[in-house]
Amino acid sequence: MSNIVAQMKAKIIVTPKKAVVDPQGKTVQSVLEHIGFKGIGAVHVGKYLEIELPDNDAAGWQKRIDEACHKILSNPVIEDYQFTIE
Amino acid sequence: MNFAVLQFPASNCDQDALHAVVGVLGQQGRLVWHKEESLAGFDAVIIPGGFSYGDYLRTGAMARFSPIMQPVQKFAAEGKPVLGICNGFQILCEAGLLPGALVRNRSLQFRCEHVFVKTVANDSPFTAQIPADKLLRVPIAHGEGCYFADEATLEKLKANGQVLWQYVNAQGEATEQSNPNGSLSNIAGICNEARNVAGLMPHPERACEPVLGSADGRLIFESLLGWMTARAKG
Repeated sequence: MSNIVAQMKAKIIVTPKKAVVDPQGKTVQSVLEHIGFKGIGAVHVGKYLEIELPDNDAAGWQKRIDEACHKILSNPVIEDYQFTIE
Repeated sequence: MNFAVLQFPASNCDQDALHAVVGVLGQQGRLVWHKEESLAGFDAVIIPGGFSYGDYLRTGAMARFSPIMQPVQKFAAEGKPVLGICNGFQILCEAGLLPGALVRNRSLQFRCEHVFVKTVANDSPFTAQIPADKLLRVPIAHGEGCYFADEATLEKLKANGQVLWQYVNAQGEATEQSNPNGSLSNIAGICNEARNVAGLMPHPERACEPVLGSADGRLIFESLLGWMTARAKG
């Protein structure tokens, strides 16, 4: 049995939709301002995921990762996602 | 009647839910492990509270793909009753059996206390025996119970009478102070369009006997039982 060596990585960012109240983001923003980072705008707290891919089939993975994001890695009711494959 | 109480890794209200239907209501029932693949012989499904799969990724996101959820989808499609409590509500939303989603409490705090809920629609299997003016005093225990749905979905829920319960104060008013988690329209629980699938964040199974400080939750299980009995008689 050979170990799978990652050839590429999918890098996925999931963020709360604008319409969803993001109390974490608001709290981080107020703490940032409190400790001196004045003049910043809204903060949005999301998630970052990395998936190791075993080959260089970027086009094929583009479709499959998109499906994974839609099906489980994000909830389209409350979150948006974006990803790159590199 | 025979109740299936689903059990996922890190379910923690499964025994309480089973006790409510078997010990208190005197019905049949058993725990159904999430890897089982059949609901044959069951008349109702309860998805209990807890932290299935450690709430990884999102609450309910992983549990939704457990083997038992395929038969739950079929069970629901056949018009049989499914009740999701707390994490069970979150799982039903993730599974698409109920609209919307539960997100982080607006306060960011885990809220563990008794609240009052008002029954908004009495024409469902889960609410039919709750007197119109009766406020239910039931416990909540959650960090992610803030109900969210987009505007169109929310309008549809209200127009169809799918909002079953709202958080209220002791006077029965749905105020901001009485909303423990920031849920839109103070929503504590909803049902699907067909009205056979419902979810709520409060724990009726922890309020079925006076010794627990409230027996109001029992009205929800009795409603369900009454509806199932009537349905069985045709």
